[in-house]
Amino acid sequence: MAAEKKVLASRRYAKRSQSAEIWHRLRKNKGAMLGLAIMIAIILIAIGSNIFLDYDTDVIGQNVAERLQHPSLKHPMGTDATGRDMMYRIFYGTRYSLSIGIASVLIALVIGVTLGVIAGYYGGRVSEIIMRLSDAIAAIPSILMAIAIVSALGQSMFNLMLAVGVTSVPQFVRITHAATLTVRNQEYVEASRCLGLRQWQIILFHVLPNCLSPIIVQTTLRVASAIISASSLSFLGLGVPAPMPEWGGLLSAGRKYIRTHSYLTLFPGLAIMITVLALNLLGDGLRDALDPKLKGKK
Amino acid sequence: MLIPVTILTSFIVFFIINLAPGDVVAQLTGGDATPEEVAEIRADLGLDQPIIVRYLKYLSGLVRGDLGKSYLNGRSVFDAYMEKLPATLKLALASIFVSIIISIPLGISSAVHHGSIRDNVGMVAALLGLSMPNFWLGLLLIIAFSLNLGWLPSGGAEGFKSIILPAITVGTGLTAMLTRTTRSSMLDVIRQDYLRMARAKGVPEKVVIRKHALRNALIPVITVIGTQLGSCLGGAILTETVFAWPGVGRLILDAVNSRDIPMVTGCIILKTITISIILLIVDLLYAVVDPRIRAQYAKGGK
Repeated sequence: MAAEKKVLASRRYAKRSQSAEIWHRLRKNKGAMLGLAIMIAIILIAIGSNIFLDYDTDVIGQNVAERLQHPSLKHPMGTDATGRDMMYRIFYGTRYSLSIGIASVLIALVIGVTLGVIAGYYGGRVSEIIMRLSDAIAAIPSILMAIAIVSALGQSMFNLMLAVGVTSVPQFVRITHAATLTVRNQEYVEASRCLGLRQWQIILFHVLPNCLSPIIVQTTLRVASAIISASSLSFLGLGVPAPMPEWGGLLSAGRKYIRTHSYLTLFPGLAIMITVLALNLLGDGLRDALDPKLKGKK
Repeated sequence: MLIPVTILTSFIVFFIINLAPGDVVAQLTGGDATPEEVAEIRADLGLDQPIIVRYLKYLSGLVRGDLGKSYLNGRSVFDAYMEKLPATLKLALASIFVSIIISIPLGISSAVHHGSIRDNVGMVAALLGLSMPNFWLGLLLIIAFSLNLGWLPSGGAEGFKSIILPAITVGTGLTAMLTRTTRSSMLDVIRQDYLRMARAKGVPEKVVIRKHALRNALIPVITVIGTQLGSCLGGAILTETVFAWPGVGRLILDAVNSRDIPMVTGCIILKTITISIILLIVDLLYAVVDPRIRAQYAKGGK
């Protein structure tokens, strides 16, 4: 009886594809599922705010008669100095913060992974140059680097994405480089070389797919830190220009009223924290699910 | 390693900042100068030369420890940086101190009670600290301790009281990482045979943890402390802004806002150098903590 069960269990186990197996492991991780649920809710808010809120009246439309109202049933998060509903602004701001976070990481991902795979696969002098350059960029504190870029290129949403993106490039280079090094000398890569595949084919179809797990994990965690960096820059007045309701900008505007209306600084920060926490939970869960060997390490 | 990194970073920073479309001359003259006057000022500042010539000049200045003068008030960049550095260093050290006294005990207790509620609570707390925007925590602390309770000042740098809130702000951000490192490093050590041996000898559990486990778990912890000291120096801009702390971060931010290019370039480069030096000192500290590495150094010397 028991043996039969074991056989059945093993059969069920064997049937699962790799992605189903990863999903199964991820589902067992309560923290990761919580993170995933929060992220889905946040994405729904981002989409919903575009459908249900009118940007000109609800988000940036001023209503001086209702300025600086404390949280109430009508305005659950209060209103700001020009009478705009904070809840609407924060909901709408989800779109900015999320898209800046994701876009900047995509920039970093494309540049970083390309350079990392080239450095790892070819080695030698190419690798030396790429790695030293990435070390040098990593040596500059990322917030200073981002400030330098934004102040040089001017203040706009795209430049903010670029600035935050460039500062995350070294991480992607390093991780992809390390992953490529372990894959490069595997037999299947050698086999595909023997089959006469072109180098770009080997890199694209055989090396890169086998480096994916650390890159996926890093991407999730980087979006979290990109959201923080972007809101930090906005807080310093170097990010998304007003009146766009980016969370860092909201914080910076609310700070003037910190003595009397502290809710104006409370809620935007809470929004940032919940989003980042969800992404961190999901990223940690993905790391455990994709590579069980690393479980328990940081 | 220090020199090539310095040259490369200065190169990168110099070029990025010189991409700037904004013109410092327009700022200086207020925009109502004649074209001749503008040309004269540009020549004065060396802005009429191609960028590569300016960079080489800058580099030769850098080698001699001369980073140019502020466009705005003519002060030496190096002096201005050195004047602000102590405040930033003070804040960084205080933050590291806060971080250490919170996270090492927390990490140890998480590791010792691995898998228990205490472990989970500790890890959730660390994750919360990691997910919180630092400057927001600073604002919350101001709301709680200086506006509502009135215990501590909300800004400035006078006396011991004014450093408490900024140090907690920066320190909490560091705590998350350090707690996780301490925990995982302790977990690695705790399974080792020599700990079982020590227990078998009858060494009290407290001493086992403190003397046998912690000392061997310290190396990764010190690495993280070192890199964090570096990132404190770099990233404290926001905290310095929130608390009106007169450090290097504020200097850089003010320079950015007034397009004071030599000041921005110089400060970022000097800051990178400062951080590299600190990391070097941390490397040397390993030898103090770990006799095995000390022995390696001794061998290499022969």
